[in-house]
Order: sequence, then structure tokens, then C-alpha cells
Amino acid sequence: MIDDEDVDLLLTDLLDIYGYDFTSYSRASLKRRIVRLCTLDKFPSFAELRYKVRSDPGYLKRFVEEVTVNVTEMFRDPPFYRSLRDDVLPVLATKPFIRIWHAGCSTGEEVFSMAILLKEANLLRKSLLYATDLNPGVLDKVRKGIFALNYMKQYSESYIASGGTHDFSQYYTANYGQAKFDHELSEKIIISTHNLVSDSSFNEFDLILCRNVLIYFDKDLQDRVLKLFDESLSPLGYLALGTKETLKFSAVQHKFQQLNREKIWKKIV
Amino acid sequence: MEENSVRKTVDLFLIGGSAGSLQVLFSLVPQLSASLSFAMVIVLHRGNFSDSSLSDLLSSKTPLPVREVEDKDPVQPGNIYLAPADYHLLIERERTFSLDYSEKINFSRPSIDVTFESAAEIYKSSLAGLLLSGANDDGTKGLGKIKSAGGITIVQDPETAQMPFMPHHAIHHTLVDHVLNVREMAGFINALHGG
Repeated sequence: MIDDEDVDLLLTDLLDIYGYDFTSYSRASLKRRIVRLCTLDKFPSFAELRYKVRSDPGYLKRFVEEVTVNVTEMFRDPPFYRSLRDDVLPVLATKPFIRIWHAGCSTGEEVFSMAILLKEANLLRKSLLYATDLNPGVLDKVRKGIFALNYMKQYSESYIASGGTHDFSQYYTANYGQAKFDHELSEKIIISTHNLVSDSSFNEFDLILCRNVLIYFDKDLQDRVLKLFDESLSPLGYLALGTKETLKFSAVQHKFQQLNREKIWKKIV
Repeated sequence: MEENSVRKTVDLFLIGGSAGSLQVLFSLVPQLSASLSFAMVIVLHRGNFSDSSLSDLLSSKTPLPVREVEDKDPVQPGNIYLAPADYHLLIERERTFSLDYSEKINFSRPSIDVTFESAAEIYKSSLAGLLLSGANDDGTKGLGKIKSAGGITIVQDPETAQMPFMPHHAIHHTLVDHVLNVREMAGFINALHGG
């Protein structure tokens, strides 16, 4: 059994030794992930997990990858993507150049979904998609643009539900149980590590997507990250969150206006 | 005397259910007292796109406020909360909800075990958990956690469940305090009081 003091000790280790700051993560979820990792890697006690983390920098990569949640999918919440197509992209189309930031992009399924939307709106050529995550391991997957073929049926259904009219399979080549997405999509994606907890703004964007990342943060950290997004958005830029996340009660709330029922806000100040 | 031992103080009442439990909820919710002195959380296995209609349906059957949880909502007495489709629902130390989009547990998201286990850590003995009809074993581990934290564990009488597997599995794998039919549940819940 792992108690709260144990978790505190481990989080202090991670910050002191490696500079990874998980202290403002939602504790219930984080603790469950740590307990899960203990079981997965068969540590007889919490003390041995802690020793491994402290003494083996090679294990840190696995720890970060397993303790952070990396579950994602293409065209998740199709009505959200429909709103991007219908309400957001026509406005962005008026700009000479479009910069989009996928913060906490994990393995990149949503980044490729966006690249497809941009291509279909004839905007891909003048766009750049910045894909960032704190976890270098997942970014390798974005770089390859390869996803498991057995998800493609579901992704194709979500794509159509989002208003897609093409044959979804035209965007990838199937091979040995894998789907490799076209180079045309991936060449517009710029990949880099970025830690929302500790790193600052690095550009000005017209649209920032950060979907189902804030749920893992406590209220204070959510506020800090939303402030970072506000600083990183151009005037009249858009911010998109997950379906159960909100700007309500945040310090930057008054600077944004929600577009519709989807969790997309426009920066008005 | 007997009454005092049954009527423990409860700050949170959890209900978990899967296949066949919707009908139970629809007959249970209208019988609940209009002023519950504790919060109630419902974790139900359901499809991803059934979103807000379920909270509307339940809401139409009770004067108690029913709402689907948004991230970081505080847990407040007198409310019925519904775990959103496709997220795990957890409870934080400061008694707020948090959501999690990690792997499915027991083929389910939301998973009943995840919510029950997380609530047991925070609410300890001031917690009650009720497990309804269902066709898999989600919820059993969670009830076990509630029991060992000193809370009250209840399951639907498998004889009355459309899918008896879930309550049956709990009865055989953990210590269950009460086995109730649908008629008895409302009376039991209304007799509890908050701290």
C-alpha cells in the first residue's frame, strides 16, 4: 500500500534529481498511476520503486511515460472537430500564415486529425502545427506518424461524424498491421518537448489545442497553464480544451468568449 | 440501539451499475428524499455518445439537482452527480472531483472500481457504496476497499437483478453489509444522514 507521504517523497525526488515537477498534478489520478506502475513492474514495495527511480536515470523515461496518461485518438468528440471545420478554420483562412500548437499532444493522433482538416480546407500549405509533450517517448511516435491499423475503422467513423467527406483511407498506407500517414501531413508538424509545468511560451499562435491535459493538474497549475496559453495566443486567437474542461473560474476567463457548446474559446481582449 | 448501529453518518453515497441497472435507477431516484444530507455519485457503464440525455432523464424524476461532473467540481451534499461517459471519475483530498482519461479498467470507462477505490481513500468510514445489476465484475474491488475503510457496502439482491453477475460476484468475493431489493433501497438511503 502506498500512502500520501510516500507519494510526496517520490515527487520531491523527481523534482530534486531530474527537474520533473509533478507536485501540482491531481493527486488521486497520479497516485493510481504510481500504484499501477508498481504492479506492472512487480516492485515488492514502494521503497524499491523509489530506489529504482532515484538510482536509475534510464528508468525515469519509463516512469514518466507510464505515470502520465497517453491515451488519445483521432477525431475524438466528432462535434468538436465539426466546429473546428465550420467555425474556426474559415476565420483562420483569412490569415497569411497559420500557427497551431497542440500542447500535451501525446502520441499525436489529434495533430494528424488537425492536419487532415487543414488539408481539406486547403490551408495546410500555409500552416505549421507545433506538437509538444513533456514525454520524449511519445513524441517519437508522432515523428513516425504510424498508428495501429485496427483503430482505423473507428477513426474513419469519427472522421465522417466530424463532417469528413473523403475516403479516410486515402490519408495513410496500410502495411503489416500499421497505418502510416502521408508525408504531406507530417512535414507540416514540428515536434519538440515542452513541459507545461516549467517551460515558458515559445511563439505566438492562432489556435492552441490542449485537450484532456488540464484534468491531470490541480486548480493552481491549471490557472498557470491557462495564463501561459493566454500569453501565447494572438489577438482573436482560439483556445480548445477537452469536453469536460472549462475556463470558468480561471483567472483568464474574462479575456475569452466561448464560441458554442464545444469547448472552444476566442480571445477577445 | 439497533437503529444507531445501522444509521451511520454518511457524507457520500456511491452507486455503481452496468447492464440492467438503468431501470433500477429510474424507480429508485423518484423515491429519494427531496433533501439528502449527503452527496450521491452514480457511475454507470454506458455508450460514449449518450452524453447529457441521461442526466436530463434522471433530473426529470427527482427534485434533487442532478448533474454530470465537470473537472474540479466540488462534492456538495444534496446533489446527485453522474460520472461523465468515457472518463474515469476520481475524488481528491479537498473533496473535489477529478477526471482521468487513462486506460479502460474492466473494459470500462468510467470504471466503478476506480471511483469506489478513490472515494474510499478520502471518505473512509463516512462512505456507502451500492452495486447494482451488471454482467461483469467491475465494482467488487471497489466495494472491498469501502468495506476495509470502514464504510457501508450494499448490493442489489441478485434475485431481482436483470443481470445478476455483478452483485453476485461482489457477494462472493467481498464482505457485503446489506443485500437489498429495489423497494428496500430508497428506504435505506433515506434513513442515512450526513455528517
